[in-house]
Amino acid sequence: MIYDLWLLIFDLVLLGTLLALAVAALSSPEPRRAVMLFIAFGLWLSLVWARLRAPDVALAEAAIGAGLGGALMLAAARRQAREAQQGQALAVERPSPLAVWGLAFGSLIAAAALLWVYYSTLHGGPEPERLADLALARVPESGVTNPVTSVLLNYRAYDTLLELGVLMTALLGIWSLGRASAPFQPAGPALTAMVAWVVPLLILTAGYMLWIGASAPGGAFQAGALLGAAGVILRLAGDPAAGLPGETAQRWLVSLGVAVFALVGLALMVAGLGFLTYPPDQAKWLILAVESAATVAIGATLAAAYVGGRRA
Amino acid sequence: MDWIDWLSAVLVALGALFFIAGTVGLLRLPDLFSRLHALTKADNLGLGLIMLGVLPQVGGPLQGLKLLMIWLLVLLAGATGAHLIAKRALRGDGEDMFE
Amino acid sequence: MIDEVYLVVSLVLLITMSIGLVRVVIGPTPADRMMAAQLLGTAGIGMLLLLAMALGVPALIDVALIFGLLAAVAVAAFTRRRVGRDEA
Repeated sequence: MIYDLWLLIFDLVLLGTLLALAVAALSSPEPRRAVMLFIAFGLWLSLVWARLRAPDVALAEAAIGAGLGGALMLAAARRQAREAQQGQALAVERPSPLAVWGLAFGSLIAAAALLWVYYSTLHGGPEPERLADLALARVPESGVTNPVTSVLLNYRAYDTLLELGVLMTALLGIWSLGRASAPFQPAGPALTAMVAWVVPLLILTAGYMLWIGASAPGGAFQAGALLGAAGVILRLAGDPAAGLPGETAQRWLVSLGVAVFALVGLALMVAGLGFLTYPPDQAKWLILAVESAATVAIGATLAAAYVGGRRA
Repeated sequence: MDWIDWLSAVLVALGALFFIAGTVGLLRLPDLFSRLHALTKADNLGLGLIMLGVLPQVGGPLQGLKLLMIWLLVLLAGATGAHLIAKRALRGDGEDMFE
Repeated sequence: MIDEVYLVVSLVLLITMSIGLVRVVIGPTPADRMMAAQLLGTAGIGMLLLLAMALGVPALIDVALIFGLLAAVAVAAFTRRRVGRDEA
């Protein structure tokens, strides 16, 4: 009883500070401060997912939203600040207060309408059959025991294949836009020592996330994000290539995720089962193969994205 | 609630106290470098005490090792981070950190 | 009973983090903002460890590990200078 009371207070404080942080991040006039507030927002959101007992999403939010997204946005904010100093930046208009309040009010109305729809669907008529129950019932046949992984890599495998394609396409866009940004200064002894510990730890944790994703929170996206973070910190410590091999090898690595996934699907189709329809006794190994390729591909893509373009 | 639970509660509360002290220091101390000093104390001792408080309650030796690793990592990153921030602030001579 | 203690201490850490946010907002130098962000990260790790016990979700310890690793990357991302911009 008293536990529930404290939990309620905790939820209210978390929600209040989250909203205040969002408002502060969006209304900050200076891009660098806004980026730092946005990183703090990513941290806060990860805590919200943790509170909602969703560790998979909390892992992904911390690794991708706060960590890598923050690093990429910092690089963009730096460039914008430099351009503003040199007088090259575009002028930013502040929206009128009427527009802001109108939008806020409209969002509240929309949120209330959605809540009403949700409530009346679930409690209005006879109890509907929830998809979640059906999905959970079939998890043991899916090849993994973690329900999130079974959804991502089995029930909705096609979506995940397309997501990997989106990542690859984004990198192709980055590569098409020009040269890589200037490299960072060589690291002093303190940073070198930290990188010497953190990079192997990142790689080890990535492997751990990949392996344990079958039965506990984890998976290919989180593992790939950690590999990408290893590339980012290598580049920050002075390596212009972010730990990646040459350009041809990068192209192979980046397309590995989509390639292996699509080939597995096609092979299953040729075997008469249907695209990406795993046979239940081999599902575990097929999913592991696809996830391993996806991890390497995501890591290489994110590191190459941080490099920012084709190498000179 | 047996004596291990009491010990955990006390350690965790002490850890939170250090975090409060570190935040107060961050807000009230006059200079960048003194704030850095306050920050690293909160990091090391605050998190260390919380970790020690949680340590007896985890599910096995592997989890305990994970907790230890998290704390050592925060020590390493915190110390290097303080060094990097101070070096950059000194060299920058008050100029902006992103240029 | 110990779960309530963990929850209350997490709440204390959350309020501490919110107060630390003030330093991120007011600055004045970017170094101040960075330090406050680092404190937020460490307090977040502490909070995750406590929530792992209070909510009974041991996977949150893994989330805390990720937080710690990415805090190391973030502090490097904030402070490193590019080649050719060394005015010192």
